[in-house]
Amino acid sequence: MIRINNMYKIYRMGPNEVRALNGVSFHVKPNEFVSIIGPSGSGKSTLMNMIGCLDTPTSGEYYLDGREVSKLKDDELAEIRNRKIGFIFQVYNLLPKITAIENVELPLIYMGIGKKERHRLAVEALERVGLGDRIHHRPSELSGGQQQRVAIARALASKPPLILADEPTGALDSKSGSEIMKMLHELHESGKTIVLITHDNNLAKQAQRIIRIQDGKIIEENEVA
Amino acid sequence: MNWIQALKMALKSIASNKIRSALTMLGIIIGVCSVIIMVSIVEGNTKQITERLKNMGTNLINLNIIGRGSTRRISESDLFKFAEENSDLIECVAPSVSGSVTVKAGNKNVTTSLEGTNEAYESVRNTKVEKGRFLNALDVERRQKVVLIGTYIEKELFDSMDAIGQQIKINGDIYTVVGVLEAKSNSSEGSEDNKVIIPYTTAKRLLRNAIVRSYSIQAKTPETVNAAMKALESFLYKTFNNDSSYRVFNQADMLEQVNEMTQSLSLMLGGIAGISLIVGGIGIMNIMLVSVTERTREIGIRKAIGAKRRDILTQFLIEAIVVSCIGGMVGVILGIVLTGVVGKAMSIPASPSIISMIISFSFSVFVGVFFGYYPASKASKLNPIQALRVE
Repeated sequence: MIRINNMYKIYRMGPNEVRALNGVSFHVKPNEFVSIIGPSGSGKSTLMNMIGCLDTPTSGEYYLDGREVSKLKDDELAEIRNRKIGFIFQVYNLLPKITAIENVELPLIYMGIGKKERHRLAVEALERVGLGDRIHHRPSELSGGQQQRVAIARALASKPPLILADEPTGALDSKSGSEIMKMLHELHESGKTIVLITHDNNLAKQAQRIIRIQDGKIIEENEVA
Repeated sequence: MNWIQALKMALKSIASNKIRSALTMLGIIIGVCSVIIMVSIVEGNTKQITERLKNMGTNLINLNIIGRGSTRRISESDLFKFAEENSDLIECVAPSVSGSVTVKAGNKNVTTSLEGTNEAYESVRNTKVEKGRFLNALDVERRQKVVLIGTYIEKELFDSMDAIGQQIKINGDIYTVVGVLEAKSNSSEGSEDNKVIIPYTTAKRLLRNAIVRSYSIQAKTPETVNAAMKALESFLYKTFNNDSSYRVFNQADMLEQVNEMTQSLSLMLGGIAGISLIVGGIGIMNIMLVSVTERTREIGIRKAIGAKRRDILTQFLIEAIVVSCIGGMVGVILGIVLTGVVGKAMSIPASPSIISMIISFSFSVFVGVFFGYYPASKASKLNPIQALRVE
């Protein structure tokens, strides 16, 4: 699913250079559940941006679903994000002025799917996260856990093979957090590849494999027993 | 993403910021509205003047005696003699003495313009009599105190009564009404129907005016207008020995001048109003830039879930165009309404000019595209990572 070879990301700040990623290589198999863990400043966020096709590396290769994507242009990356990756962010990142269903429909709009089909897919995704009765609520009318579930529905709507979750429980209380984690497991069981980025060891342990990153390098890769 | 989808998004976003959108539109509304009003008023005014000139008759040559730079004088009889000698070119001559007078009948009085002339005026100035008769040669010769009144005066002084044979006082002197002039426009106060005509010989006394300075001369045919003008000019030159003592011009020249003047006036006023459209456009750009900054996070989210540059560009551009289009439409409607109001207030027959509507509306759309493009392109080039980081 994901194969990253010798990836570097170097930022130049005046005379200094910062090696946010310093030769990272790893792979994720289809339908695998992988955690990437590391303290802040470890290059974790940069790596997530790379996996999410939000940024391009300074050098190195990145094969996503069999396709080399590290040297694509902005608009091509947008299309990859749209079709291959479902994002779940720590702060939900829903548009506040539109309803839950409109939020879920957004990626489908950019895919160019017609109105009826779009509505059907969005309702399906919202029902799957248990919010079938709240499709016309605005984010501000929903609790944090419900908002995160809307975000999951949005990530699922376009049926991408890869779900990229960045601290998905970071802003939630433990009960809502564990519900969200349960949902990630369900997605995993339904065949999605899940990449969870976190700094929480307990969360990371729920995955099949943990990749530990520090100072832009992978320092440890463990299968979870 | 298709255009309809983008349009829906734009409308939603405009609707969610009603006051701001309305204020942004205001610039465009005022711009479009003022262009339409300005151009329509000027056009209405031109139409009015042109109509007046046409009403004065064709084959018409006007002569003004300025009398500057010469001690010599020219009298009515000199001109009548000249006309007789050139009867192959000139049909007739109507002298004109004019002034402002008060006319009174019973207890009603009206201030109006008086013109003293002779029997030739009827054909020279294309003036028709509705009731009664025009002046005749005898009235002029005997300095009769007879008067023809315009329809406005008739309406004001006599209302529904028959005016013919009635007596009116002009500046205190008693005159007998012998005729009512046919209406040349709408019988309103500001129109040509607010006037009285008396024999010029009588008028010279009434207005204490010894010299007639203005003449209307009718050429035999439209073809002889130029020849008649030449003959008249050489005759005058011989009399005055210079060419600054008099001015000869014909109706066609005047029409042309009026048209030229009003055309440049229309362009100027339209241009000034157009500047307010540009100012309105800058307002749009300003608000769109603020909007892009404010919605950085929204743009980031949209990009993260798959919006391409084009999608974002279209979204913001359409928003700007929709704002300017709605502003333009409201401006056109307001312009139509206000043109009527202002026209009435200024008693100018102004009808909203279609061309000014089309031009100002398309200009407002253009303004939307032009001033919306920069903010939209700025939005579309935002980096999703940085945009998502903004709180």
